[in-house]
Amino acid sequence: MKFRSLALAAAIASVGLSSAVFTPAAHAQAAEQYFPILVYRTGAYAANGNPWANGYVDYLKLVNAKGGINGVKVSFEECETGYATDRGVECYERLKGKGATVFQPLSTGITFALTEKAPVDKIPLITAGYGRSESQDGSVFTWNFPLLGTYWVAADVAIQHIGKAYGGVDNLKGKKIALVYHDSPFGKEPIPLLQERAKMHGFDLQLLPVAHPGVEQKATWLQIRRDRPDHVLLWGWGVMNSTSLKEAQATGYPRDKMLGVWWAGAEPDVKDVGAGAKGYSALTLQHGAEPNSKVVKDILAMVHDKGQGTGPKDEVGSVLYMRGLISAMLGVEGVAAAQERYGKGKVMTGEQVRWGLENLNLDQDKLDGMGFAGVMRPVQTSCTDHMGASWVRVHTWDGNKWEFSSDWYQADDKVLRPMVLDAASKYAAEKNIQRRTAEQCAQ
Amino acid sequence: MIYRENGQFKTSYLADQQIFTIAQDKWFVLGLIAFAAIGVPFLADEYLFRAVLIPFLVLALAALGVNLLVGYCGQITLGAGAFMAIGAYAAYNFMVRVDGMPLVLAMLLGGVAAAGFGILFGIPSLRVRGLYLAVATLAAQFLCDWAFLRIGWFTNNSASGSVSVAKLEAFGWVINTPVEKYLFCLIFVVVFALLAKNMTRASIGRQWMAIRDMDVAAEVIGIRPMYAKLSAFAVSSFFIGVAGALWGFVHLGSWEPAAFSVDRSFQLLFMVIIGGMGSIMGSFFGAAFIVILPIFLNQFLPFLGGLVGVTVSTAGISHAEFIIFGSLIIFFLIVEPHGLARLWSIAKQKLRLWPFPH
Amino acid sequence: MGFFIETMLGGLMTGMLYSLVALGFVLIFKASGVFNFAQGAMVLVAALAMARFSEWSNAALGGDSLFLANVIGIIGAGIVMFAVAWTVERFVLRKLVNQEGATLLMVTLGIAYVLEGLGQTFFGSEIYSINVGMPKDPVIMFEGLIEGGVMINKEDFIAALLAAVLVGGLTVFFQKTSVGRALRAVADDHQAAQSVGIPLNKTWVIVWCVAGLVALVAGIIWGSKMGVQFSLVTVALRALPVVILGGLTSVPGAIVGGLIIGVGEKLSEVYLGPYVGGGIEIWFAYVMALIVLLFRPQGLFGEKIINRV
Repeated sequence: MKFRSLALAAAIASVGLSSAVFTPAAHAQAAEQYFPILVYRTGAYAANGNPWANGYVDYLKLVNAKGGINGVKVSFEECETGYATDRGVECYERLKGKGATVFQPLSTGITFALTEKAPVDKIPLITAGYGRSESQDGSVFTWNFPLLGTYWVAADVAIQHIGKAYGGVDNLKGKKIALVYHDSPFGKEPIPLLQERAKMHGFDLQLLPVAHPGVEQKATWLQIRRDRPDHVLLWGWGVMNSTSLKEAQATGYPRDKMLGVWWAGAEPDVKDVGAGAKGYSALTLQHGAEPNSKVVKDILAMVHDKGQGTGPKDEVGSVLYMRGLISAMLGVEGVAAAQERYGKGKVMTGEQVRWGLENLNLDQDKLDGMGFAGVMRPVQTSCTDHMGASWVRVHTWDGNKWEFSSDWYQADDKVLRPMVLDAASKYAAEKNIQRRTAEQCAQ
Repeated sequence: MIYRENGQFKTSYLADQQIFTIAQDKWFVLGLIAFAAIGVPFLADEYLFRAVLIPFLVLALAALGVNLLVGYCGQITLGAGAFMAIGAYAAYNFMVRVDGMPLVLAMLLGGVAAAGFGILFGIPSLRVRGLYLAVATLAAQFLCDWAFLRIGWFTNNSASGSVSVAKLEAFGWVINTPVEKYLFCLIFVVVFALLAKNMTRASIGRQWMAIRDMDVAAEVIGIRPMYAKLSAFAVSSFFIGVAGALWGFVHLGSWEPAAFSVDRSFQLLFMVIIGGMGSIMGSFFGAAFIVILPIFLNQFLPFLGGLVGVTVSTAGISHAEFIIFGSLIIFFLIVEPHGLARLWSIAKQKLRLWPFPH
Repeated sequence: MGFFIETMLGGLMTGMLYSLVALGFVLIFKASGVFNFAQGAMVLVAALAMARFSEWSNAALGGDSLFLANVIGIIGAGIVMFAVAWTVERFVLRKLVNQEGATLLMVTLGIAYVLEGLGQTFFGSEIYSINVGMPKDPVIMFEGLIEGGVMINKEDFIAALLAAVLVGGLTVFFQKTSVGRALRAVADDHQAAQSVGIPLNKTWVIVWCVAGLVALVAGIIWGSKMGVQFSLVTVALRALPVVILGGLTSVPGAIVGGLIIGVGEKLSEVYLGPYVGGGIEIWFAYVMALIVLLFRPQGLFGEKIINRV
């Protein structure tokens, strides 16, 4: 009986406390630009989510150390999504009430859910290197910004890169390319483009799905051993990547015939495989591991050496850390661009930041000045192009570290553009969205 | 003394057959519904609606469905997530493929589709029981996960396998704001809860309970186990399917099969066991507990850390969330294996005797 | 032909690993009537402890002896698993004697959450590696007999061998030793066992320890194969159809069930998968178990379920 009353008391107390905690705190202080950060530091994808989040936070700390965005300090808050859509939605709802001006969900599933909500709340979404490929068409997807590249860009470049080994994509006729993909919207995004390219060049596309989280791939690789495709495209995330590489090793598939997407080309994917992954290549979202870049040195000097580093020091400059850092930079630059128009030194609203992101113009001089020399190329967005750049390089694992192994590629707009327009129009028709006209864009 | 029921005499069979035979109960529940419908929209803010109240209502409806099967008919299921998925995708297909399909009808048809599959996957229950049945229902879960990912027809050939709904409109009422969504869910939940309550009081519910308590004895007194078990599967899946449609259409707006993964099935079973098996009220308690606890911990722990001057890392919070969540489940099961609903009835008992404990 | 044999072998080896996890389920179910959903979390914790202890010992001792690090890792992980077993018995099971199956099942889900949280808090949530010197590259055999030969993965082969040895040892332990008999007696009837003087609590600690050790072996093998990280917990879901097919109360059932499921799912994925879009192996395993259930509700080797009225 004592236990029971205790439990009862606990239940009542928790209800009372929850009502106290639930009323969201007052809006962030007016003088600070608030950045919500959706992260996953636990669960099946934590090993990959951690460095991304650390890079993101470290960059925001660096911005503050340098005096903020034109004097406006940055405040930020993490929210754990565990890569689950409903947790992500809860985080979004909670943080948006605190004055959030831009969200970066780092999950294709959460992106899909937020794409429906963002226009209502007037908060832009940046999905640098993931999300819906057709959201490049900014005249339909007003609030989505798949900056730097989408999965269709990745798929397009992957075929170009493979084709180059045969002296051009036209020599791919009769070749066989297998796509080993994470069985989720993330993994399925590239399929339409690959099919289009397969039709164009006459190669065979073999689709091999791997169920979440991707730890059981024996059957997949047995099929690869039987059918001996000329190349394997690896479209995985988290533990699926290292498992694929291990199974490739165990079935004797040559690693230098494997090409990963940019989410399958970071240290956690290969570290555990070590020498077994030697020769494996992956696309990069412009940047690779950049321990020698100026921005990384700045972070080490101004954040880590002050004892304010978010993650372990040796992780700074690794591939996913850089991805998080660049994502944060894009958000910050969106705010800076908005300030150019709406008043320097002011806190921007979601709508203003959206304008900033749509009129982002990071030329090489500006990037070099911020310490991104050699890391990335210019980004310029417009109303019809929310992607801003489609530059991709390839890097290869040499057993210890990632090394660039190709020149710059650019996705072929002739292939990409019609598909983007087509898919975006279909979406617009489904949702009764009017494509923005040139005048509306200019506003 | 607060909860005094003497002096309330029943003078007719009708009075004796009321859902709430005690006036206080009746007024309390009616008051609660009235408060939920009229008071809450004025009090709660957007965050509460979208992140707490709507998921709570939808999952409570699903938990209600699970409870009909697990709590009332004694058939354990770990495939509830699959039936939610069937409800959501079936409703989606009705909306997309039939011109001018009304929203509510599509959702109900989604429930009907789920009920059909419920009967199909309930067939093993005629042969196996207990844990074996639980695993058999997992087959439904994994089969559905796969089917919605792989068979393009179900997702209207969407390239990514993710589907989304256009605007919501029922009987000329455009459901846009969080308050409207909340009220829409609330109507569903109240109607279905009433339905469930009446079913469990009627012949069919009594048959389920007879099967649960001892199936052989039930058979001896003339209850057909096949009819009773399969009807429990059908009704339960119908509830869960409608909840799934609400989850997809109203809460998420756009979803992929992962929204209805095996974790969801476990979560629903948790709700039923923690809330109280075989109790309508318990389903609501369980849903509230499971929905609110993680969110609460997530916000309370940094606050607590702030009090003692420690910044808790995000990873630390979510690990602590795991630990506390697990510990509370263990604690509740040890202290009160009959769930929160039992605590509720103990509280009522106490109020009845108060202030004289004997 | 060669490819068919390869697929079969691949299935058999995967199946052997499944049986290792399934064995953990069976052991605990036999001795305490608990269907232990926390087995996956136990595998994770054991593997995490092993990986981290060996890493730390290397860092602390400054040595680079793989053998010493692994021994320290195994001992450390063993201690952790013993602590888990003792805690579970002392604070959870002891308080839940005579509860229904569903309650016990839910409790193990609670335990799983706690273990996952504690394991990640203490040992971290990155990917760690276990290196027990398993060879990674494949060998081609029987090249004279079959065209192209049969490729065998040495790592899988050794792992399957280890699993087989462990299973054999456990069978002897259960059938021949007095502790094993005590365990079986407790499984049959708590009260009768207690009245003939078998200490109930101690027996439960022992059986959870044994299950913990099985989890450790499974964790080392799986961890060495695919790295130690959170997804190890999902291994438990892959092993569920195995126990159902083999029977919840049968050690040999866990093994035969594992082999059947392993071969079945690989053959189905490779030969049926391409026609329906692939990715079918997980539900195929469950459907296989379901079909067996329809004909033999107690599983292939389970004790016949008798309903007394």
